[in-house]
Amino acid sequence: MSTIVETHEDHGHHGPAKGLTRWLFTTNHKDIGTLYLWFSFLMLFIGGAMAMVVRAELFEPGLQIIQPEFFNQMTTNHGLIMVFGVIMPAFVGLANWMIPMQIGAPDMALPRLNNLSFWLLPMAFTILLSTLFMEPGGPNFGWTFYAPLSTTYAPDTVTFFIFSIHIMGASSILGSINIITTILNMRAPGLTLMKMPLFCWSWLITAYLLIAVMPVLAGTVTMMLMDIHFGTSFFNAAGGGDPILFQHIFWFFGHPEVYIMILPAFGIVSHVISTFSRKPIFGYSSMVYALTSIAILSFVVWAHHMFTVGMPLAGELFFMYSTMLIAIPTGVKVFNWVATMFKGSISFETPMLFAIAFVALFTIGGFSGLMLTIVPADFQYHDTYFVVAHFHYVLVPGSLFGIFAGVYYWIPKWTGNMYDETLGKLHFWLSFISVNLTFFPMHFVGLAGMPRRYPDYALQFADFNAMASVGAFIFGFSQLLLLFIVIKSIRTGKKASSEVWEDAKGRGLEWTLESPPPYHSFTIQPEVK
Amino acid sequence: MKESRKTIRNLAFSVVGMFAFAFLLVPIYDVFCEITGLNGKILGPSALSPESIKEEEKRELLIQFVTHNNEFMPWTFKSEKSQLKITTGVQQRVLFVFENKTSKDMVGQVIPSVSPGRGAEYFHKTECFCFEQQKLLAGERVELPVVFIVDPSIPTEIGSLSLGYTLFDITDQLSEKQIAAL
Repeated sequence: MSTIVETHEDHGHHGPAKGLTRWLFTTNHKDIGTLYLWFSFLMLFIGGAMAMVVRAELFEPGLQIIQPEFFNQMTTNHGLIMVFGVIMPAFVGLANWMIPMQIGAPDMALPRLNNLSFWLLPMAFTILLSTLFMEPGGPNFGWTFYAPLSTTYAPDTVTFFIFSIHIMGASSILGSINIITTILNMRAPGLTLMKMPLFCWSWLITAYLLIAVMPVLAGTVTMMLMDIHFGTSFFNAAGGGDPILFQHIFWFFGHPEVYIMILPAFGIVSHVISTFSRKPIFGYSSMVYALTSIAILSFVVWAHHMFTVGMPLAGELFFMYSTMLIAIPTGVKVFNWVATMFKGSISFETPMLFAIAFVALFTIGGFSGLMLTIVPADFQYHDTYFVVAHFHYVLVPGSLFGIFAGVYYWIPKWTGNMYDETLGKLHFWLSFISVNLTFFPMHFVGLAGMPRRYPDYALQFADFNAMASVGAFIFGFSQLLLLFIVIKSIRTGKKASSEVWEDAKGRGLEWTLESPPPYHSFTIQPEVK
Repeated sequence: MKESRKTIRNLAFSVVGMFAFAFLLVPIYDVFCEITGLNGKILGPSALSPESIKEEEKRELLIQFVTHNNEFMPWTFKSEKSQLKITTGVQQRVLFVFENKTSKDMVGQVIPSVSPGRGAEYFHKTECFCFEQQKLLAGERVELPVVFIVDPSIPTEIGSLSLGYTLFDITDQLSEKQIAAL
C-alpha cells in the first residue's frame, strides 16, 4: 500500500491537465466522479423528456400527440435510461468522488480502468439512443424486454439494444471491481470494516451484487442475440425453448438490480440524517447487517415479479414469504433512521429535507411493495398502474431523492462553495409536492384496474391521469432549477469551510480535507483511531 | 498492490463464473421442471413399465386434445377426437391430421404441453410426433398417431387432463439441404 502513496508523491502536487483531454484521459477519481454525475444529469433530462412525452399523451384519454408505436418506444427508453443511465451512473459518480475521501485513500485502486468504465457509458447510450432515429424505431418491448416480444417480434434495431446492454454491463462490472478493490485494500490504517462509513458499506455490497448479476444480464441478452441471429431456441418454444425461462433469468438479474438502485441511497441518507440530527447513526452494526441481509435475500425472491405466469402453489408461497422477509431488514433501517433523529438537535437544510422525504416516501413504496407480494392480491395488481406507482415511489422519492440529498450534502465539499440554500429549499418543495402529485394518484387508477404500458385508457381514469401529468411536468421542470443551483455553486457562493456542516469533522474523513479537496485526496494516509 | 491483485483476480473469476451460470440456468430450469413436472413439460416418448400398473388403482379419466397453430402457420392441424374417456393404465391411440394446403413444401414441428402441469409426470407417450421435424410437400396430408398411457397412480383430484399441441412453422430455420434430407 505504501508504494501507491510514494508513486503519487513522486510526481508531486500537480493539478489537472487543461482542456478537453483532461476529461478524455483523466484517471483522477474526482474528475471521473464529476463525469459520471454530469452524464447522469444529462440522461436525467433525456429520460425525463421521454417521460414528459408519455405524460403528455396520457393527459387525456384517446390518442392525441403520438402514435402507440412511438409511445412504446418512449416508455421503454425512459425505463432503460433512468435505470442504466441515471440512477446507476449517479451512484457510481458519488462512489468515485466519496469513497477514496471517506476511506483516506489518494485515489481509486485502478484509475485507468476507472476511465474506461466511464467512457464505455456514453458509447452504450449513443448506440441505444441512435436506434430511435432508425427506420423501424428503437426498442419498444418495455424495459424488461420479455421474449418473444424482444426476439421474434422485435424491431431489427434490437441488435443495437443488445450490444448497448453488453457495454453498459461491462462498464458496471469494471466499476464494481474497482470499488471493491479500493474498499478492501486501500483503507487508512485503523479504519476497520466495522468502522467504515455506511456509504462505503452500502457500495461494497452493491458492487458485489453487480458482480453477481450483471454477467447474468449479459448472458440473457447473449441468448437473445443467439435466438435472433444464430437459430438457437433458448426462448423459442418452436425449438423446445421456453419464453418463461427468459423471465426467470431476467428477474434473477432484475431483482438484485432493484436493490443495486437503492442500497447506495440508504448509505447516503444514513450520513445525512446523522449529520443534521447531530448524533451518530443509531445501530451502526445493525445497519450493516441489514444491508447484507437485504443483498442475500435479493437472490431468492425474483419470481414475485411473475406470480401470474403460472407457477405451482409451492413456488408462489415460497416467493411470497421470502419477499415478505425483506421487510424485516428494511424495517430495521427505517427504524434506525427514525431513532437517529429521535431527540436529535435537528436542522432542516436541503439535504436533510430530501433525506426525511426519502424515509417517508420510500416507506410508502415499501408498503405498496408488501401489498404486491401477497399472491392473491397480486393477480389484481399485476401490470396495473399500482405497480407503476410502487416502483416509482421507491425509485424517484427513493433513489433519486437519495442522490439529491447526497449532491446537496457534498457539493460544498466538491466545489468549495455553498449552494444557494433558498433555491435548494424551493427545489425540494417543488419536487416533493409534484412527485406525490404525479405518483400517488397512480395507486388509485391501478387499483381500479388501469393497465400499464398503454397510450390510451378508459374515461373514468381521466381526472387522476390529468393530475399525474400536471405533477410530472412540474417535477420535470423543477429539475432545471437543480441544474441552475449546481452551476451557481460551481461558479459563486459563500466559501465552504473544510467541515462544511456543524461538527461534521467527526462524521467522516472527507470533512477533514479542505473544500474543495486537493486533486489527490489523501497523499499521506490519515490514521483512524 | 499484491492484495489488490488477488482481489481483482477473484472478482474477475466471479464475473466469468456468473456469466457461465446464466447459461447453466437453462439446463437447471429444464431439469427442475422435469423433476417437479412444472410447466407441463413432457420430454420425448417414454414408456410405463407394465409391472408398475396396479389394477385396483385403475379409473376413468377424461383426456382433452387441444391443437393450436402458432402465428403464420397455415397448415390444418386437428385431432380426430376433441376428447376421449379413457381408463388409466390402458394404452390409447389417437390420430392427428396434418395438412399442408399451401403450394410450397414446408417443415413443421409440434411442441406438447400437459395441463394441469402436475399431471405431466403421469402422462406417458410411447409414440408421438412431438419434437420431430415434420416435412409436408405442397398439398400433402398425413395422419400421425399418438400412443399414450396414463399412470393409474395419478392423484384422484385430477379428473381430466388436457394435452395441448402447438404447431410451429420452422421452414425458415432450416437450410435447403436439411429440408431435402427430411
